[in-house]
Amino acid sequence: MALKQNRSILPGFGLAMGITVAYLSVLVLIPLSTIFLNTAHMGWHHFWSVVTSPRVEAAYRISFGASFLAAIIDSMLGFIAAWALTRYRFIGAGILDAIVDLPFALPTSVAGITLTAIFANNGLIGSLLAPLGIRVAFTRLGIVVALIFVGVPFVVRTVQPVLQELDPELEEAAETLGATRARTFARVILPAIVPSVLTGFALAFARGLGEYGSVIFISGNMPLRTEIAPLLIVIELEQFDYRAATAIALVVLLASFVILLAINLLQRWTARTYAL
Amino acid sequence: MSVEVRNLVKKFGDFTALSGVSLRVETGELVALLGLSGSGKTTLLRIIAGLETADSGAVHFYGADATAISVRERKVGFVFQHYALFRHMTVFENIAFGLRVRPRAHRPSQAEIAQRVHELLKLVQLDFLASRYPSQLSGGQRQRVALARALAVEPKVLLLDEPFGALDAKVRQELRRWLKRLHQELRITSVFVTHDQDEALELADRVVVMNAGKIEQIGTPEEVYHHPVNAFVYNFLGNVNLFHGRIENGKVHLGDTILELGSAERQSVNGASGNAALYMRPHLLEIDRTSRGGKSFRATVRAINAAGPQVKVELEADWGDPVQVELDHERYRDLAIEPGESVFVCPRQSRVFIYQI
Repeated sequence: MALKQNRSILPGFGLAMGITVAYLSVLVLIPLSTIFLNTAHMGWHHFWSVVTSPRVEAAYRISFGASFLAAIIDSMLGFIAAWALTRYRFIGAGILDAIVDLPFALPTSVAGITLTAIFANNGLIGSLLAPLGIRVAFTRLGIVVALIFVGVPFVVRTVQPVLQELDPELEEAAETLGATRARTFARVILPAIVPSVLTGFALAFARGLGEYGSVIFISGNMPLRTEIAPLLIVIELEQFDYRAATAIALVVLLASFVILLAINLLQRWTARTYAL
Repeated sequence: MSVEVRNLVKKFGDFTALSGVSLRVETGELVALLGLSGSGKTTLLRIIAGLETADSGAVHFYGADATAISVRERKVGFVFQHYALFRHMTVFENIAFGLRVRPRAHRPSQAEIAQRVHELLKLVQLDFLASRYPSQLSGGQRQRVALARALAVEPKVLLLDEPFGALDAKVRQELRRWLKRLHQELRITSVFVTHDQDEALELADRVVVMNAGKIEQIGTPEEVYHHPVNAFVYNFLGNVNLFHGRIENGKVHLGDTILELGSAERQSVNGASGNAALYMRPHLLEIDRTSRGGKSFRATVRAINAAGPQVKVELEADWGDPVQVELDHERYRDLAIEPGESVFVCPRQSRVFIYQI
């Protein structure tokens, strides 16, 4: 058998595979399948009436819309941060690099409370924006801000290693061939990093969909206006309507699965096109 | 196009990469910058290209000052040691890149680009690989694509940074000969950097030997090989035995051994005495079973390697230094020496450099 001839440093394909399957089953597949099972009990009509109620529909729009917008902004900010960290030598680069990871470690509720305090109309930044007519806290904009906060590190950490491996000689080669900076960026750098930016985008988007702690503080949770889907699920649970909760969750689950799959295919396609 | 650099100085922090380098490359010439790593040869090449800026000094193209002209407008072709091909583009697109990025007004049509690329692919003998990606090519093929890409923009000067450095010995040899022919065909002013003396001596019209940010000698391969101006150049070009001793009355004292200098060396020393370095090329030494008096010295055979075009014999001189000798196979058979034997080594030619202290 081919597997047996394939010697590897760590022995035990069986053991590794067993652990992987067991972990995926216990922690991922079984919990997720209960969502399907639970929802299946409620019948099609009930299910449809729950997930198409105006409040739930609004929450879906806000959750997917804000996550999508935040992920796009994350991709741009994250790319710039990764560029700065890999391409320039400056004092404090190491500290900056460490700060990038902070949103990973910080309890999201702490982040939410802090962001709310800063962006409230009397807060540090909110008080500067208020005269311009921009309100962040307790608006949809606030949701996007919170999601950007939690999403940026995903993009930085996926793009950074790729940029590190991108040889600066490629840019020099393009320059000697007469390419302007803009053309070098568009035709040499961008194609090489697009797959990693897409991965970062997908991670940030998925994280944004599931994000709860940091959003509920800054959003104000006004039904139909600033209520996100995860919050609605919690509300249903608190009312002991488990089926309604799983029904809402199921739609989020299926939609994010489809979107992530699409991004994955797109990413694979770009990677293959560029023969990396 | 002639290229001239005047008094280039370049420092990286405390490290002086170039300290006042001046050089003129004539139109159509192929010049090698030869030196060890850290000698400043690559920095010099990058300054000529405009990829690096000198702290002071000037770069002239065709007699006109080009110091302030950007890389894009210098019209130099640059070939990198590690090819620097665009991985996400086919061979065709890589070569077409320089034409496609031209401002719209100067950009050739699709048909013209295709024609030019195919001409270049034929020139580098790779037209059957046009639709491949760089990752599917061998190292030698990649470097030929890189060269075609550089030539596509019709550069006035071609600059190559260790172009064969990442290739294995066999491919190096082939590419070297191929590049020589290509240069004879195109006659484009070219400068290449190498640390490989054979490569420099075989390829270049003129060799520039660099050391510690300075030019030690400029000359044709024959000049620098047969008439090295100083100990560094002699030592650097070709294998050499180096002995340290004292010169007195036209004789070299090496430990207890006293060696008479030949007439050429006596002239170069010119009656001076002092501490001296004595250089002897392995193939200019002979081995004998009988002494030739003051013209030879005694040594013990330590090891023999008869594989290759020459027999390499390692000996130990009476005063303790190792000595390398290269014999032809015929002579080796006549001598029939074996390790442990005591023999006499007679230099046919040597070079003496008295220390400047």
